[in-house]
Amino acid sequence: MTINELERIASQVRRDIIRMVHGCQSGHPGGSLGATDIVTALYFDQMQIDPANFRMDGNGEDMFFLSNGHISPMFYSILARRGYFPVSELATFRRLGTRLQGHPTTAEGLPGVRIASGSLGQGLSVAVGAAQAKRLNGDKHLVFVLMGDGEQEEGQIWEAAMYAPAKGVDNLVAIIDYNKKQIDGPTDEVLNLGDLRAKYEAFGWNVLEMSGNNMQAVVNTLKFARENAFQGAPQLILAHTEMGYGVDFMMGTHKWHGSAPNDEQAANALSQLEETLGDY
Amino acid sequence: MDFTIQNNKDTRSGFGEGLLEAGRRNPKVVAFCADLTGSLKMGDFAKEFPERFFQTGIAEANMINMAAGMALSGFVPFTGTFAAFSTGRVYDQIRQSVAYSNKNVKIAASHAGVTLGEDGATHQILEDIGMMKMLPNMTVIVPCDFNQTKNATIAAAEYEGPVYLRFGRPKVPNFTPVDEKFIIGKAQMLQEGTDVTIFACGHLVWKAVQALPILKEMGINAELINIHTIKPLDVEAVLKSVAKTRCVVTAEEHQRNGGLGDSIAQVLALNLPCPMEMVAVNDVFGQSGTPDELLKAYHLDTPDIVEAVKKVVGRKQ
Repeated sequence: MTINELERIASQVRRDIIRMVHGCQSGHPGGSLGATDIVTALYFDQMQIDPANFRMDGNGEDMFFLSNGHISPMFYSILARRGYFPVSELATFRRLGTRLQGHPTTAEGLPGVRIASGSLGQGLSVAVGAAQAKRLNGDKHLVFVLMGDGEQEEGQIWEAAMYAPAKGVDNLVAIIDYNKKQIDGPTDEVLNLGDLRAKYEAFGWNVLEMSGNNMQAVVNTLKFARENAFQGAPQLILAHTEMGYGVDFMMGTHKWHGSAPNDEQAANALSQLEETLGDY
Repeated sequence: MDFTIQNNKDTRSGFGEGLLEAGRRNPKVVAFCADLTGSLKMGDFAKEFPERFFQTGIAEANMINMAAGMALSGFVPFTGTFAAFSTGRVYDQIRQSVAYSNKNVKIAASHAGVTLGEDGATHQILEDIGMMKMLPNMTVIVPCDFNQTKNATIAAAEYEGPVYLRFGRPKVPNFTPVDEKFIIGKAQMLQEGTDVTIFACGHLVWKAVQALPILKEMGINAELINIHTIKPLDVEAVLKSVAKTRCVVTAEEHQRNGGLGDSIAQVLALNLPCPMEMVAVNDVFGQSGTPDELLKAYHLDTPDIVEAVKKVVGRKQ
């Protein structure tokens, strides 16, 4: 897929995010907007997947896990746009009886979701387990996991970070959505993450960095990671992103981490995002 | 039931043998252990199936979630550590990624209760049954001896869904039949009686067995049922027995809050209210000591079961 095509999909995903969060007046638009390009590139270009025949076991295909489950609007939009379930279902986000729960879950049987996430710090461990299962099965596909940067404050992340290189789990690509903001404010103020690159390298990871809102850079980096898998070490991509990317008034602040736009703000946001695939 | 003691063995060794057997029967059975391979008796499995054994180091949260991730692909992962670190330490991981996500993970929890002994209260968890039974989708199994733990382990591997399997450290009388098929959720009738029903689980089953002849001498004809599956509870067996005996004693190595007695009491309160006594730890932590000393100190011994029966039979009259 061309970069331009991917960017057009990302624009529609961002519209979906705004409309979903506005529709139910709750959810997390900031991080969703910031991580859109990465997950769009994964699902529409880089991952080998079979959306029409979703299999919980993920055997014979690449797998993706969303560890920071609160950016579910982005995840749901991309799954729907990629064909895992009807796009019209995005209108049910966070409403009673929906398969699109506030945080992703398998309980309602939504195709594309393999495990619940929301309570932070667990996704990297899940991905390591799935990657080890692929090794046991002789399945030469990759496991991808997206984590938040604030999530790096969870101790369990570092249990998994220590385990994966020690056991040579080299079919794993972990990505940190490094927007440097969390719900209470800048990560530097809440709890300084320090030098994440140096920390992961010290644990034995191959660390890559990319501009996470530049589609060409995202595609290039993911491709590089794919080509460099199976060489003895897991890979970590530090994705420099902007929370709220694509909507000017949602950028440069942590205030849109977990709040919904009102009618006027939603209209303003949507005016900045081209409708490329048709709204749901 | 024949109460002849075949030998004295620890239930954790029953788990170790059961895990090995489950691994031989099904190549999808895998095992994780957080640096307690010897204590959990997982060494034989690790030796025979090195590629299916994962030493996680002392990192229980990572272990639970890795097991959930591996279960996705059709594997049947067992996690092994002490009961204290299998539950409280990883409750959120179990809740979100195993129970809520309904993954086929088997949480093997050893050294449960005060019979862990000298290590003291930090390691003697008495709240784990409560924590686990509260989780939707979770099955909770507490076998009573070596043979039953082995058979329960094999049954857990064959069952599809999250299981919490609780067992212990000390050697205890092994009396249930070798290779008896373990049926999850089916209470085990050990002795039929008419005057009182004793529902017991885990190590307290043998303590209750020992109470039977004492009660008989006192003219009390007690029914003894082993509730090896706390959840799903065999409600039919409970009600059938109590409809006959009309009074109940429960016995368990666990807090009264959240334990077996609590589950039985709920069923009876809703269906068949009757006098009931509970032999359990009552809202205190454990302490260091030998297993036998601790069972006495916390009133979890045969004389305590006898006293509870006398009391409840008296309340019935």
